[in-house]
Amino acid sequence: MATVRIPTPLRKYTQGAEEVQINAGTVRELIENLETAHPGIRERICDDKGAVRRFVNVFVGEEDIRFLDNLDTAVKDSDEVSIVPAIAGGTTTTS
Amino acid sequence: MADAVAQRTDTPPPAAVQLARTTRTAIRVDCILDLIGNTPLVRLGTIDRDCPAVEIWAKCEFANPGGSVKDRAAKRIITDALARGDLDNGVRLVDSTSGNTGIAYSLVGAALGLPISLVMPSNVSNPRKQVTAGFGTEIIFSDPMEGSDGAIVIARELAEANPDKYYYPNQYANDSNWRAHYDGTGPEILAQTNGRVTHFVTGIGTSGTIMGTARFLHDHDPSIQCIGVQPDDAMHGLEGLKHIPSSLVPPIYDESVLDDTIWMSTEVGWDMAERIASDEGLFVGHSAGGNVAAALHVARGLVEQGKRGVVVTVLCDRGDRYFAPLTWEKHYVW
Repeated sequence: MATVRIPTPLRKYTQGAEEVQINAGTVRELIENLETAHPGIRERICDDKGAVRRFVNVFVGEEDIRFLDNLDTAVKDSDEVSIVPAIAGGTTTTS
Repeated sequence: MADAVAQRTDTPPPAAVQLARTTRTAIRVDCILDLIGNTPLVRLGTIDRDCPAVEIWAKCEFANPGGSVKDRAAKRIITDALARGDLDNGVRLVDSTSGNTGIAYSLVGAALGLPISLVMPSNVSNPRKQVTAGFGTEIIFSDPMEGSDGAIVIARELAEANPDKYYYPNQYANDSNWRAHYDGTGPEILAQTNGRVTHFVTGIGTSGTIMGTARFLHDHDPSIQCIGVQPDDAMHGLEGLKHIPSSLVPPIYDESVLDDTIWMSTEVGWDMAERIASDEGLFVGHSAGGNVAAALHVARGLVEQGKRGVVVTVLCDRGDRYFAPLTWEKHYVW
């Protein structure tokens, strides 16, 4: 299973977990399975057409999926996938 | 056709007339810090066109020498710290920043010969890292997954562990931050609108701009409506703004100062930033887009109520601060 790094503002969906393990062959599957495991999280990452929101960056390893195959980017079990807001300001919970 | 040619030769074209009328005398100063503040106020005359009887005006904070509204707070924070002796004996100023404040501190520090250290999440844009480094500032990176609050924690720990080496001004808790706007932005808006301002609308980051400006405007006339703008979700892309319900609340933030809060979606703010560029000729950042979108929301509300209004908002910085490498240049070294 791939390791998914969850940014602070989305940890309310993962019961506070900074990382979760998700089974997936592509980023699209990974987001679907992330939603199944943690309902509500997909809407924060993707818009209503299913595309990754403009201000959200998804990295497989060190590479932004926009520079790879976007949602069709392959994910291996050994991969670390990071979801990172495109900004640095005001994204952290106090809890 | 002949008439048109004759007109061009006999009288200056309209654009030249306009230029001659608006050309201002350029000021001369002894120090770059004297150019901070006193920013122009510009009418957003295309955006407010569908709001009859309501004017939208914007403070051009990108015209500060460091390129953003943060120059005001940084100058005041550092000059107040100097006056107290907090920066004596080679003590370095260390603070957390998502970018603009870092550039502002770096500019003021360089101009006054003071050493500056900044903690910033490593996912801030490369140009920002390099601008601050260009001023001779030391940069310490924090975890991008921890956001701006992770940077705050590291800056605080550094200062606590090395009080002889670091002074931590903490822009989120420093009264000099909002006082810069009480003494600057507020009086400027009042003067530039000839006292006609009815609404002030701006985003909340540290909350310094809204706290200081709103307090000044309310002291002058409590009926002036001062409205804060926050991202509508913890996961947002309005850089520089804070979603207070899910954030460390800045100690200088006092909700009771505000008359209202507008919750802004990232997409609406980003779209407005593009519209301000294409319709007004102002290429501004996303937080400015959010501010203007909120100002337009207020203006439309006034129109619905059949009221007049002079709505003032803030263009925090320019859009070129947010350039990211595109696909074909992703390995380009900035």
